[in-house]
Amino acid sequence: MTLVAATSVVVIAVLAVVGFGPTLAERLRRRRTRRAAEPAPPPYDPGRERRAEARARKLLRAVVTAEEYAMYEELGFIALDGAEGDSGYGYLLYPHRPIVAYDTKTSELLSEYCVAFPDRSEPALGQRLPDADDVLAKWMSLRAGERELISMANMHVPGRQVDPDQARRDLIRLREWRGRRVQQAA
Amino acid sequence: MKLVRMKPGHGDVVLAEGDPGVAEDEERLIEEFRRQLDLGMWAAVPTAEGMRHEATMVRDFSEVPKDAERVVFFPPAAGG
Repeated sequence: MTLVAATSVVVIAVLAVVGFGPTLAERLRRRRTRRAAEPAPPPYDPGRERRAEARARKLLRAVVTAEEYAMYEELGFIALDGAEGDSGYGYLLYPHRPIVAYDTKTSELLSEYCVAFPDRSEPALGQRLPDADDVLAKWMSLRAGERELISMANMHVPGRQVDPDQARRDLIRLREWRGRRVQQAA
Repeated sequence: MKLVRMKPGHGDVVLAEGDPGVAEDEERLIEEFRRQLDLGMWAAVPTAEGMRHEATMVRDFSEVPKDAERVVFFPPAAGG
């Protein structure tokens, strides 16, 4: 009688494993997968972007001149002379907008160079570098190889993406800003 | 020397840090340098001499001056 009972228990256990085993194993696997998968970061997080910009500004500050950094902080762009120093032209570096070339003597706008630095390594965080990083990437690329960067960019006449009136106002602001700094230093 | 990389949502991230004069550190720096270039990143070495600040693009770790403070990696430019 005991033997029959024991055999029945074993048979029932085997049938249970055969019948429900795969389902249980699948449920267990799904639960582990859910636990292992980290929640995707939100596509836009203002706090995260602000912290990223703060870090990017520290790097910008460490690389460009004190005047260029102050210019970025106070005016929102960096004005950079052409490679040959007193070449008669310069560039306005805006974050995530084309590089605007201008005549340093007449302030005439010469052209726009559309260039971007898309980072596709972490799609969940987007492709856009923080503003200060984008400006620094343009600054380093122009300083290291102006011709290479300009030849890679799409060139357009002024006004295609950057409002020419805004760029002219920025050049006036730049002149006034530099004048104030000279006065303060005197 | 620091190897830093610009990243969306992060700002700059320190990838590796060490003294290239120490063999063990140099090996680690070279390994990370190559990894970033394999990922398609551009590498620039910022320099400053007095008031003049410059940058040089480098394609091999041997081109990085031993006394460079940092190498900055960033995504390659594309026509916008």
